[in-house]
Amino acid sequence: MSKVLFSSITKKFVMALAGLFLLTFLPLHLIINLMLLKSEPGPFNSAAHFMATFPLIKIMEIVLFGAILIHISWGIYLQIQNWFARPVGYVRYNKSETSFFSRFMIWTGAIILTFLILHWFNFYFIKLGIVKGNPEDFYSVAHSLFKIPAYDIIYLTCFALLGFHLYHAFYSAFQTIGLNHRIWSPVVKLVALVYAIILPAGFAFISVTLWLFR
Amino acid sequence: MKLTLKIWRQKNPKAKGNFETYIMDNVSPKMAFLEMLDALNKKLIEEHKDPVAFDNDCREGICGSCGMYINGHPHGPVPAITTCSLSMRYFKEGDTIWVEPWRAKPFPVIKDLIVDRSAFDKIQIAGGFISVNTGAAPEANSILIQKKKSDDAFDSAICIGCGACVAACKNASAMLFVSAKISQFALLPQGRVEARERVRTMVEKMDELGFGNCSNTGACEAECPKEIKLVNIARLYREYYKAF
Repeated sequence: MSKVLFSSITKKFVMALAGLFLLTFLPLHLIINLMLLKSEPGPFNSAAHFMATFPLIKIMEIVLFGAILIHISWGIYLQIQNWFARPVGYVRYNKSETSFFSRFMIWTGAIILTFLILHWFNFYFIKLGIVKGNPEDFYSVAHSLFKIPAYDIIYLTCFALLGFHLYHAFYSAFQTIGLNHRIWSPVVKLVALVYAIILPAGFAFISVTLWLFR
Repeated sequence: MKLTLKIWRQKNPKAKGNFETYIMDNVSPKMAFLEMLDALNKKLIEEHKDPVAFDNDCREGICGSCGMYINGHPHGPVPAITTCSLSMRYFKEGDTIWVEPWRAKPFPVIKDLIVDRSAFDKIQIAGGFISVNTGAAPEANSILIQKKKSDDAFDSAICIGCGACVAACKNASAMLFVSAKISQFALLPQGRVEARERVRTMVEKMDELGFGNCSNTGACEAECPKEIKLVNIARLYREYYKAF
């Protein structure tokens, strides 16, 4: 049974499911973040308070962290296995026609993880009481962060890389769970492209607006 | 044509190996790539030097033994052909051609450009067969099979096991090969009987041999000389999930 649980395909399957779950969380996060564009802090802080206290959301938070942990740990483990599978590389760079962003998933993933840790320091750890700050006023915390140009540049760069990561991840997850169809797979690819552009663009829009126009 | 060849030379599996440079004059564009290597070897033998060892057999794109990594592509830069079918007309005067063996842990170099591809045989032996004597060909209409399924099974069965998919994949994954060998049986009623056991044992053997994992980059599909499609890999996943 352990051979099945830890087979390359099972690991990919679990990783794909965890990734798909994470894909559903991002639009929710974006909707809440859009409230940062309002001039008064009330709606955003209420939404943040609701997310921090509502019991169902609290349960989903555990699932979310589980999905992040599985996605990252299996991703790193599989990548290490991949490096071991070719101990001696080629001298000539591989010129095979591939999906461009698929080549750099581990690196875009690593940068996104770094950003995630920074993000936790700025918000989630305040909620946990690890970092000093007012957990009831994330609106002000976010506004003050977006006023720092360096933070905005890091933020925008990371969301561009998130877009690259999501584009391959979205349709790749469907392939991994066995859903490849003559008609529907090109549709999934198109949806992946739209998702990978709109979502990071939404977050970037908030960042640029608060940085330059408020 | 005058060409510069940079060829990987390695005396034996344990030797370090390095690239040797050879200048080839008067290469005809009508030559096949392997004929050009034959000409190089003739020259080396006349100079009392060790000829370049490379695998080859049918020289008509059927056996898949002539795999080598040419200028960043398995089987060279032309799609859907094996090295033996690669014509020198695709190269031009003054070109430098880098020739390397397949690189993957389960495909160790034996000598120069020859690698040990018996890992593929081990995967096949693990389950890529029907374990009963099926006798003579049955009467054509006794088991009805949809034309589409029959065609898809045939398209999978034309995999020659050359290893280009592993060579092209950035992870040295054998998923395209295994998926083709699974699909050729899974699509037909005769192959369904042992489908669950087959997919379990073949995937288990593939993992055990140290091939990498599939990242769905599509490099294998792009470089496969027999144009085996990625849909086979999705089918392999489905077969694997159904097996438990």
